[in-house]
Amino acid sequence: MNSSVIVFPGSNCDRDVATALTNLQFKNKMVWHKDSELPKSDLIVIPGGFSYGDYLRSGAIAAKSNILKEVIKAANSGCLVLGICNGFQILIETGLLQGALLRNKNLKFVSKDINLKIINNENKFCNNYKKNSVISLNIAHNEGNYFTQKDHLKELEDNNLIPFKYCDIEGSINESSNPNGSLNNIAGILNNNKNILGMMPHPERMVDNLISNSNGIELFTSILS
Amino acid sequence: MKITKEIIDLHGLKSEEYSKIKLLMNREPNYLELGIFSAMWNEHCSYKSSKIHLKKLPVKNKNVIQGPGENAGVIDIGDGDAIVFKIESHNHPSFIEPYQGAATGVGGILRDVFTMGARPIALLNSIHFGDPSNKKTKNLLNGVVSGIGGYGNCIGIPTVAGETKFNSTYNENILVNAMAVGLVNKKKIFYSKAKGINKAVVYVGSKTGRDGIHGASMASAEFDENSEDKKPTVQVGDPFTEKLLMEACLELMKKDSIISIQDMGAAGLTSSSVEMAYKGGLGIELDLDKIPCREENMSPYEMMLSESQERMLIILEDGKENEARQIFKKWDLDFVVIGKTTDTKNLSLKFKNEVVASIPIGALSSKAPLYDRKWVKKKLDKKKINIKEHKKIKFDKAFFELISSPNHSSKKWVTEQYDQMVMGDTIERSGGDAAIVKIHQKDKAIAMTVDSSANYCKSHPLSGGKQIVCESWRNLVSVGAKPIAITNCLNFGNPENPEIMGQFAENILGIKEACEFLDYPVVSGNVSFYNGTNNNNIYPTPVIGGVGLIKNLNKTKNHKFKKIDSQIMIIGKTFGHLGQSAFINELYDIHDGMPPEINLLNEKNNGEMILKLIDSENINSVHDISSGGIILALAEMSISSQIGVKIQKPQKMSNIFEYFFGEDQGRYLIEVDKNNLPKVEKKLKENDIYFENIGITQKEYFELDKDLKIKVKELYELNNRWYNKFNGLNS
Repeated sequence: MNSSVIVFPGSNCDRDVATALTNLQFKNKMVWHKDSELPKSDLIVIPGGFSYGDYLRSGAIAAKSNILKEVIKAANSGCLVLGICNGFQILIETGLLQGALLRNKNLKFVSKDINLKIINNENKFCNNYKKNSVISLNIAHNEGNYFTQKDHLKELEDNNLIPFKYCDIEGSINESSNPNGSLNNIAGILNNNKNILGMMPHPERMVDNLISNSNGIELFTSILS
Repeated sequence: MKITKEIIDLHGLKSEEYSKIKLLMNREPNYLELGIFSAMWNEHCSYKSSKIHLKKLPVKNKNVIQGPGENAGVIDIGDGDAIVFKIESHNHPSFIEPYQGAATGVGGILRDVFTMGARPIALLNSIHFGDPSNKKTKNLLNGVVSGIGGYGNCIGIPTVAGETKFNSTYNENILVNAMAVGLVNKKKIFYSKAKGINKAVVYVGSKTGRDGIHGASMASAEFDENSEDKKPTVQVGDPFTEKLLMEACLELMKKDSIISIQDMGAAGLTSSSVEMAYKGGLGIELDLDKIPCREENMSPYEMMLSESQERMLIILEDGKENEARQIFKKWDLDFVVIGKTTDTKNLSLKFKNEVVASIPIGALSSKAPLYDRKWVKKKLDKKKINIKEHKKIKFDKAFFELISSPNHSSKKWVTEQYDQMVMGDTIERSGGDAAIVKIHQKDKAIAMTVDSSANYCKSHPLSGGKQIVCESWRNLVSVGAKPIAITNCLNFGNPENPEIMGQFAENILGIKEACEFLDYPVVSGNVSFYNGTNNNNIYPTPVIGGVGLIKNLNKTKNHKFKKIDSQIMIIGKTFGHLGQSAFINELYDIHDGMPPEINLLNEKNNGEMILKLIDSENINSVHDISSGGIILALAEMSISSQIGVKIQKPQKMSNIFEYFFGEDQGRYLIEVDKNNLPKVEKKLKENDIYFENIGITQKEYFELDKDLKIKVKELYELNNRWYNKFNGLNS
């Protein structure tokens, strides 16, 4: 499977996700933000980091970059797009995903391992996870507090567009297991067509038991299968 | 402008220093030249008070590729890989403007590392604040922690370990020390020494503004009540630009274009150009009209003394200009040829077609003042601490108070503001004895730690110096790493005071003795004097940053208990030394007495035994015993693993407080599977290593005979309460 990782000035998880993809047998290419052509890709990853220094608003400048025009085209024609952390913020800024990522509730950067409950696995990113299972991934962000309008939230819930929510170790979804104040503990969302996923947690950081855990692997193997 | 006594004073130069300048110049300097001398001759850049002492430190062994004197130290870790690392202080700016002060401290130390061709792979820090009840502390803590996080998180280097401490000695002068560690191909290390004449001198990175002018001079003077006015001398950092600069430099370094490279740190363009020329025995000529400026009408004086961040000076090979320019253009950074190397051994500055300064390079570097300042030995504080003479306190109450005190509470509030996982190679994060970061896509790792013990160093600088080196060494050993070398950040008061100079001199001797004995040399470092306000000097606070190598990733250990019903053992002898311990310090407010003694032979034997036990895979977990003694170390093992303990008091024990809170050195706690116990005991006996079995691990409860019983869950809460409460958050 061919993947492309988009690199902006200020991206800093590009190498991490490329390493994970390559180790999991993707044929990966790095794509510079000034490029105006995408290599043939089955998956496009917009990695974490601080694209353009988070100036103006996280993701806002990246959303207007050359290569994003191509990403939007590819996404609209069904290519899988995964936005992680700053990548999620960029997808929101492009309008490919709806809602907003506000500053964390406590107004501080938060970096820690959190638990996620797999709410919906009937999509191309999560079908290797068991529904209702609890996995642990790492988060590291300043603006991960997901917010959206009531109608859209209902649409997300009703149409199984929320793949995972923050929970405690037992899987219960409550305020104390919400690390950033996200609405309904939402950690990631899909578009209606389910080919675009934006998520705050970093699956690429959890692909090796020797380093952390391997809970992120299934996300990538789901895409492969 | 006529140089008056007032102007000389403002530049922090003594009158005899000014006379020396005139002698070296054969004339009066002009205002710009005076500014340049002041920038190069201040304590921060010249090391004039510390140099003769620093020379005593061991700086070499078979692993050292580069010792002190370059941007950072370099050690060999085999397979063609080398590690570049250094620690540096940013105390004065951080007290004045905590966010920017701390952020630019991180930025500066990162540049020192990638200047040498290394990709930074980890950040560490040691931060010291005043008493929590001091009204400035909360704001300073919040600012510094956000500043460190703000820079490291954005540039994408994990902040993997550190220490955060509180003591009223830092009320008016906090400490912010940042350490960076990078990985480089042994054959592609870059140095600052210029070579060849008529080579292009290139300015890259951010534009020059008026920020940070005289920053290094500020850092070379004590504070007074007007220190707040110094805000404009604090630099402003931009981690995004630094990320671009780092990527651009590392990309250029893959080619063969660079002769030498130097970051513009303290004293900016002045010190970088002088240093490159001096090391190469050359002169340098700069055309200041070409300097990219952020503000209009900047004077040569401002350009030469600005400490604007994220700038570098590069000397390029002939014919490589275009190739290099393309790379910096790709990253949207300035790239301007601003001058050339010469054979004049002179720093020559042109502005608007006029030579505005001309100074012999040697006058700025090798001929800078050097002082053998008067120092006095510290009088020994022979007072013995006898716990029985003091108010009675229940053991469990004392323990609960200590485990929830500011200095011994969990630092999660701090470390969760730092991205510890970016780059995807962090194996052990903050909270253990040392952090572990894997060498990318290789089967080995490095371990890192930063340590200080100001209380010990204050009461006995010599043994304090030994202790911090041993503590650093022990922390690396505890995770299974072979310690290789250290970097040190020496934070002291006013060196013109013979007592302070005595602390420094004796402390260096202590560091030297331990480093020599443990074959643990110093490869880089930084001295920060004048930490104090209105003649109140801080406690001597040397900070040691240690790096060790783990050859086999499957043989690392941490301090988390692994199983129920395994044996807990103490390695090393417990005498119950309470002098300068956290226990009497925090619970009884007693600050005198001697710190624990250091026995280097025991230290080495015990540590080497721990490494052997880890290597033979006979132990489950290891933790070094430090501040707070055995009981705090046990609590940390329990809290991190949610596994309890059942401990029995040894029969020979004289006093429960001395035994469990005493801070005797060279000790470790280990957890051993009962099946492995005979093997481990045999090994220890064969090697004459002193050990005691003190109990077992168990479910749920943290228990010591009839003196203490608490659920581990509650212990966790006690340990995690303070920071949230202090910052007005619900836990």
